[in-house]
Amino acid sequence: MKEMLKADQITFRYAETGRPAVDGLSLTVRRGEYVAVLGANGCGKSTLAKHFNAILLPETGTVTVEGMSTADEDRLFDIRQKVGMVFQNPDNQIVATVVEEDVAFALENLGVPPDEMRRRVDEAMRMAGVYNYREKAPHKLSGGQKQRVAIAGVVAMRPDCLVLDEATAMLDPIGREKVMRTVHRLNREYGITVVQITHYMEEAAAADRVVVMSEGKIALEGTPTEVFRQVDRLRALRLDVPQAAELCHALTQAGCPMPDGVIDVEGCAAALYRLLTGRDAPDAENAKEVAACPQP
Amino acid sequence: MLRDITIGQHFPGNSLLHRMDPRVKLVLTVAYIVMLFVGSNPAGLAISIVFLTALYLTAKIPLKMVARSVKPILPIILFTAVLNLFFMTGTSEPLLAWWIFKIYREGVYYAIVMAVRIICLIAGTSLLTYTTSPIVLTDAIEQLLKPLARLHLPVHELAMMMTIALRFIPTLIEETDKIMNAQKARGAQLDSGKLSQRVRALIPVLIPLFISAFRRADELAMAMECRCYHGGEGRTRLKQLRLHASDIVLAAAAALVFAAIGMSNLFFERIG
Amino acid sequence: MPAAVRVEELSYIYNQGMPDETVALDRVSFEIEEGAFVGVIGSTGCGKSTLISHFNGINRPTSGKVYIGGEDLWADPSDIRRFRFQVGLVFQYPEYQLFEETVYKDIAFGPGNMGLAREEIDARVRRAAAFCGIEEAWLARSPFELSGGQKRRVAIAGVLAMEPKLLVLDEPAAGLDPEGRDTILGQIKEYHRQTGATTVLVSHSMEDIAKYADRVLVLSGGRVAMYDDTDKVFARAPELLELGLSVPEVTKIFLRLREMGLDIDTDVYTVKYAVKTILAARAGKGGGAPC
Repeated sequence: MKEMLKADQITFRYAETGRPAVDGLSLTVRRGEYVAVLGANGCGKSTLAKHFNAILLPETGTVTVEGMSTADEDRLFDIRQKVGMVFQNPDNQIVATVVEEDVAFALENLGVPPDEMRRRVDEAMRMAGVYNYREKAPHKLSGGQKQRVAIAGVVAMRPDCLVLDEATAMLDPIGREKVMRTVHRLNREYGITVVQITHYMEEAAAADRVVVMSEGKIALEGTPTEVFRQVDRLRALRLDVPQAAELCHALTQAGCPMPDGVIDVEGCAAALYRLLTGRDAPDAENAKEVAACPQP
Repeated sequence: MLRDITIGQHFPGNSLLHRMDPRVKLVLTVAYIVMLFVGSNPAGLAISIVFLTALYLTAKIPLKMVARSVKPILPIILFTAVLNLFFMTGTSEPLLAWWIFKIYREGVYYAIVMAVRIICLIAGTSLLTYTTSPIVLTDAIEQLLKPLARLHLPVHELAMMMTIALRFIPTLIEETDKIMNAQKARGAQLDSGKLSQRVRALIPVLIPLFISAFRRADELAMAMECRCYHGGEGRTRLKQLRLHASDIVLAAAAALVFAAIGMSNLFFERIG
Repeated sequence: MPAAVRVEELSYIYNQGMPDETVALDRVSFEIEEGAFVGVIGSTGCGKSTLISHFNGINRPTSGKVYIGGEDLWADPSDIRRFRFQVGLVFQYPEYQLFEETVYKDIAFGPGNMGLAREEIDARVRRAAAFCGIEEAWLARSPFELSGGQKRRVAIAGVLAMEPKLLVLDEPAAGLDPEGRDTILGQIKEYHRQTGATTVLVSHSMEDIAKYADRVLVLSGGRVAMYDDTDKVFARAPELLELGLSVPEVTKIFLRLREMGLDIDTDVYTVKYAVKTILAARAGKGGGAPC
């Protein structure tokens, strides 16, 4: 698969003398992939995210977006169009006083002709599920709705990659779920690459790949199962573990024969059923699907 | 509460007035204000009132909204009226004389005309904001001022600032409310005490508000850059302003009314 | 002893008489016992924030009564400020209320408003700072130099320093990472344990409520849907899910086991208790048999 983003040995410091926020990190994100970057506050995950569309430039090392270096000023708008960013506070990224005008903002900046703009704005609002509020004022929307407006505003640029920098941190559970569904749909149906910075492990559990950062470096990397089975390691990195994994871990320590790599409700229930009855769970086949991201 | 502020409120709708080109509306409003001062006499004002009533009915905006928008400036209206009432001296016998105050017929006449004029002014300009969304209005201002950009006036930047201000006013009002509640919960006295105490009591509200506004500005600037904002050059707009035949017809009709207001001076003496 | 909080037929209507009139609370009645740790849950817009703003008189009931320590809050409206010191209210994202030059002065703002003597204020600031894990060295620093989690703790200390009899916290851990969340909630629990202050914790996180609260109040559409001991509320998990609320993940696992046909208790809401239940079921064997 083609490379979408590539960070090669990058280091970044906010103050010249300070500790690096990102410290010699390398990461490649493939086209169409869904990568979650997990880590405690101050681990450098947001700093890393800001390197992917040239808000920050690395002190050493290089970041490339589909082969274009973020240090190349001539390609700045190409890069920002390819890699859309959504930030934490939904209020602070909406510019206009009407939803559809805000979704059009990037296209206006790029000088897209009005007729084409209309089509792309409508399409983006439908993709993000905000078409029904297109004429509303942003401040009348809930946090989750505002965040989807912000996503639509980015999607209108037809980016190849979406970077979400703790985009769900300020939302309530329902808002979070809706935003997650939207993002997963963009990834699945439109092939948009997603890099999601988060500290919610249940969001990370629904990704293709999880990268755990600590002190500016990658501490753990792998599929959600590979990462979340390492309960002690995650705790040492000041992170949560899904309760399913925690329960299996605790039972294993109490001497129960539990299978390895159980991280979700279904897997855990199936394992417990086997533990208690000695037989396979009744419908183990459709166990995988449920997890953290419900199907639309 | 702070949330009750209604200045510049917009009533979405689909009336003839709502659909009118905002540039035409803006120009007509300015013209109306001028005519209100030119035709400042009972006949002129009467035409004004009929004209406005017709417009409010067309726009389907309840007339009680006029009362609501007049309410905050009621003290100014009363002050002007009282001033005219007492200080206007006339040629005829005073209607009322008490101590050093004398009220003449002219005083009453002037007071009424002045008060009605202010109310017409408010009602007319409110109609513009009621029927035009702030963003469309900003667009209209930007377009009308475009010629000035050649003189290196930052027209686009000003319009952008206005848009952002409009976008963030409700957010900041809500935030002010939250901060006030938080400080009240810590025993701050915001709604009682002497004036000097009250001014001092605002510090715990204003400082967090400013800090938050700066933080928002910072984040917004970054979000705008991420969406390729680079000033007004080469920008296109989602909504294009186009003059329709109906705009021209309406503008012509309004011009006739304005002419009538101006003509009224031939029959009545101008006041104010 | 009178209840710490007694709410009687409380209704609150926003924009009454306007076209956008909304009933936020609809004849809500309940009591919180002195010294209890109550969790309040409900989806956004269920009236949680409106309810707690009634505890210290920020909101005035449209109808109904609120009693704090047996006293009617609105018996004398001019005296409402007195209750602000008895009821410590920590709003969402409280770090946005910081304004003083130093951490010390900010924590001292509440006690200062109470008109206490300087020595008493000093003692309270230090006690509150200690509860919130604020180091001595920070007290002289500007609150704006601190990290997000640290600021949050300073803001909470600012409320604790008033030493309220009733402490109410609205989403005190929102937006924090797991460690920051555990630190703050742990400190609140410790404060509750040591001072015996009645504590009300509003949260979206069922895991947090399960871990800290003794009793749970469930609000839905401006009404009390449930109010009971924590295990009894989570035992009604299917009803919670129906109200659009979530349940802790362990509870979901046990609900699933039951769906698979196991005769097992579903009032499990913490991992610790889950382990105990599973081990007991294994030992007894009988509990694990399909029913």
